[in-house]
Amino acid sequence: MLRAELAGAVGEIELELALDASPARCLALTGPSGAGKTTILRMIAGTARPERGRVVCGGVTWLDTERRIDVPPERRRCGYVVQDYALFPHLSAWRNVAYGMGGVPRARRRALAIELLERLGIGGLAGARPATLSGGERQRVALARALGRRGEVLLLDEPLSALDARTRADAAHALLEILRESEAPAILVTHDFADAALLAQDIAVVDRGRLVQRGSASSLAATPASAFVASFAGAVVLTGAARPGGDGLTAVALDGGGEVSAAGAGPNAGPVAVSIYPWEIVIEWPRAAADSSARNRLAAQVVSLTTVGSRVRVGLQASQPLAAEITQPAARELALAVGSAVIASWKATATRLIPL
Amino acid sequence: MSPRRWFPILLIAATSVVVAFLALPVLAIFLHTSPARLWDSLGESGSLEALKLSLETTAAAIAIIVVFGTPAAYLLATRSFRGKSLIVTLVELPLVLPPVVAGIGLLAAFGPHGLLGGTLHAAGVQLVFQTAGVIVALVFVASPFYLRQAQAAFASVDAGYTDASRTLGVGEAGTFARIAVPMARSGLLTGLALAWGRALGEFGATLMFAGSVQGVTQTVPLAIYGSFATDFPSALALSAILVIVSASLLISIRLMSGSRALGVVAR
Repeated sequence: MLRAELAGAVGEIELELALDASPARCLALTGPSGAGKTTILRMIAGTARPERGRVVCGGVTWLDTERRIDVPPERRRCGYVVQDYALFPHLSAWRNVAYGMGGVPRARRRALAIELLERLGIGGLAGARPATLSGGERQRVALARALGRRGEVLLLDEPLSALDARTRADAAHALLEILRESEAPAILVTHDFADAALLAQDIAVVDRGRLVQRGSASSLAATPASAFVASFAGAVVLTGAARPGGDGLTAVALDGGGEVSAAGAGPNAGPVAVSIYPWEIVIEWPRAAADSSARNRLAAQVVSLTTVGSRVRVGLQASQPLAAEITQPAARELALAVGSAVIASWKATATRLIPL
Repeated sequence: MSPRRWFPILLIAATSVVVAFLALPVLAIFLHTSPARLWDSLGESGSLEALKLSLETTAAAIAIIVVFGTPAAYLLATRSFRGKSLIVTLVELPLVLPPVVAGIGLLAAFGPHGLLGGTLHAAGVQLVFQTAGVIVALVFVASPFYLRQAQAAFASVDAGYTDASRTLGVGEAGTFARIAVPMARSGLLTGLALAWGRALGEFGATLMFAGSVQGVTQTVPLAIYGSFATDFPSALALSAILVIVSASLLISIRLMSGSRALGVVAR
């Protein structure tokens, strides 16, 4: 269990928030760049210091500005993957990983480091210097190094953002597996809502140093607390199992019932996450004939209506929760109300698939 | 000639003048002396002694500079505090100080009648006309060359790396030794080469402070000056030896820093 209360000026923003992370769960911190996400991680790890604040991890106080406690970073047990990874350029991959194994007898470190690298699928690169590795390989070395620290908390700062689209899916998968196995609480910083929805059970949206909203991905997408969260919680995420459909499409049987199809590149077999932007989703009454070009049609019930600026967020419950975003006139004309039974439809081309 | 071609030609012409002017005196030393003469001059007891003394005193001075200068440069590069720019200026002052003034300053500080003269005398330390005095003079004039380079080299190591090292459980001292020093290695070696080169050529401050006693304080530059009036060929030969020693030192350190610095440059 990790609890952090942080306050005070950081550059141009005024930090003022409290958050906690539970064992074996992942909390995602999302928000625009400059919101203070990285600073929060650094303050937990001890490489930055808030004007006022407290950080308690596993019953041990790491920071308490009132009581003048400030445990140096080397004595806070954090597995920390920093942005751009900061792999030591003069050390090989396995030496980078072994670097954080201070508590392990020297003779065992190499074997342990190579074991970790093998678990991440890059055991063959143990002797390589970071400069010779690709982005995806570096990310794995950084991950292995953070895991080798055996921290009481795992901090991940944009672990996927430096990767190109192709390696990103693989890396996300590897990360998901690690988070599932990890006993320690994890905090993940990402500016990508889809990544957060995929990897974390809890999402905290941070803007200008403050916690704007916290909840599950579907609750944030369905009932955003502000226009900011609405625009930010871009994609709706559904889960299901993919199989090749006809005409080059991929069919996905959704967990809990219903089927959708997706066009374009992506996995066409196995468990997948289906992601759609709320503004791609059209809402109609069930009596309307299915004569549009939209391939995907799900029967759903309206569970919430939230006005966000000139638009209305419609929270929907089908076999899984999803959200649509429509204009205010459209909402008026349709005379939507909580409890209405509607059809949510969207095009196969607006459907992204992410392997799970 | 097309009008666009004149600038590259100007650049080449200017470079040719610079190279010719700088290389000619060095070349002339070797043209005026022969390998046989070089060998003979080493046989003269004074020359060999001077060379041995030069290598010993510069090595000792460089060791002192590295031991004290490396942590000092790290502090100046990584911390900000009030009066830091004043300290940096003070540390770099010997760079612009005429060697003669440096010699006078050293006498005023550590000479028999200097500020610390009495203390040193009571402690049984004698510097003037002693080999130890040569080392003191060399440290004084050469250390800014190392400090400047080392400070720049440490400043170029991104704080992200040292922070990462700390979060991986390695304390400040360990991070300095295992991350900052290896990553700044190429800059540190360049500074070392510059400081050593300066120390090998040191003349004025050494002469003023330690004197020119054969076998005790007479380094190669002082020996060259000593034989210059009476035995010019011998002075030439010694000069050639000094050129060879300095150049090979510079080249070998450059090679050392070049071959392994690649990993540091490419992130």
